[in-house]
Amino acid sequence: MTEKRYFEDFVEGEVISSGPYPVSKEEIIAFASEFDPQPFHLDEEAAKLSPLGGLAASGWHTCSIFMRMMCDGFLKNTASQGSPGVENVKWHRPVRPGDVLIGSSTVLSKSTSKSRPDLGFIRLSHEVQNHKGETVMTLENTGMMGVRGPEHSEQ
Amino acid sequence: MSLFDALKMNQDHLLGEHTFIAEDIKRFAALYDPQPFHLDEAEAEASIFGRLCASGWHTASVWMRKNVDFGLDGIARASGYDGPLPIGGPSPGVKRVSWLLPVYEGDTIRYYGSFTSKRPLNSKPGWGMVGHFSHGINQDGDRVIEIEGAFMLGLGPT
Repeated sequence: MTEKRYFEDFVEGEVISSGPYPVSKEEIIAFASEFDPQPFHLDEEAAKLSPLGGLAASGWHTCSIFMRMMCDGFLKNTASQGSPGVENVKWHRPVRPGDVLIGSSTVLSKSTSKSRPDLGFIRLSHEVQNHKGETVMTLENTGMMGVRGPEHSEQ
Repeated sequence: MSLFDALKMNQDHLLGEHTFIAEDIKRFAALYDPQPFHLDEAEAEASIFGRLCASGWHTASVWMRKNVDFGLDGIARASGYDGPLPIGGPSPGVKRVSWLLPVYEGDTIRYYGSFTSKRPLNSKPGWGMVGHFSHGINQDGDRVIEIEGAFMLGLGPT
């Protein structure tokens, strides 16, 4: 078991990897059926006629998949307290059935909360690539992370 | 006149509403955001959120669904346009998603959308890019989510 990581343990410039996550046609259609039922996320024939040129995952699905990759890759072993939002989400290329996604998250900067000394903010820049090494999505966010603080330092 | 031409800027349209029940919150979280405060009531009470709450990606994805359900028909009605509809296209991304307050189990969120900009795309003839600003409000009138992004819309029929 990896030791739980707190705010203090993240280092500026550090790159954290996540994945691999294989994306199936069934999962693309299941997510789109519930949350984004547009023809190019549901039907191969209709998708061929769309600007995406073939069946592709909803961008929100790609975001959700990347969230899962981060949870499994590192967040589950941290004092993560969620995030107030994301910025500059860019869907560079369609995510296709059979794609295997890999993520990398770079720690840009860190700061502590003035009102909550037990909480820190970690600014992250993320890139998601497919198995061909093509960038499919980039985004940035600020994660809230628990501070270890003196009461935990002896553990 | 096309729907693209008819789009009115900076007017809020009600896209729809959704109640987040515990079962759905946990089902989404188990698949895509398995953090304790989205999966388990007791863990959520011990967290910064205090109660079981939905993944931000869940509340954003439901916004997308309301958007799709509202559809080009809804956009046309809201724009006072009754001509033939163009085709809708994908989105290049979102500039910002802000989760302003937690969405707790049992909360009902009303999603609103507005258009903020439009321009024909030189790179894709026949298509335009439309900027949008959307937000969601809970049953107490508190704003819980904001989404700022863009999507492609056919310029036709010409």
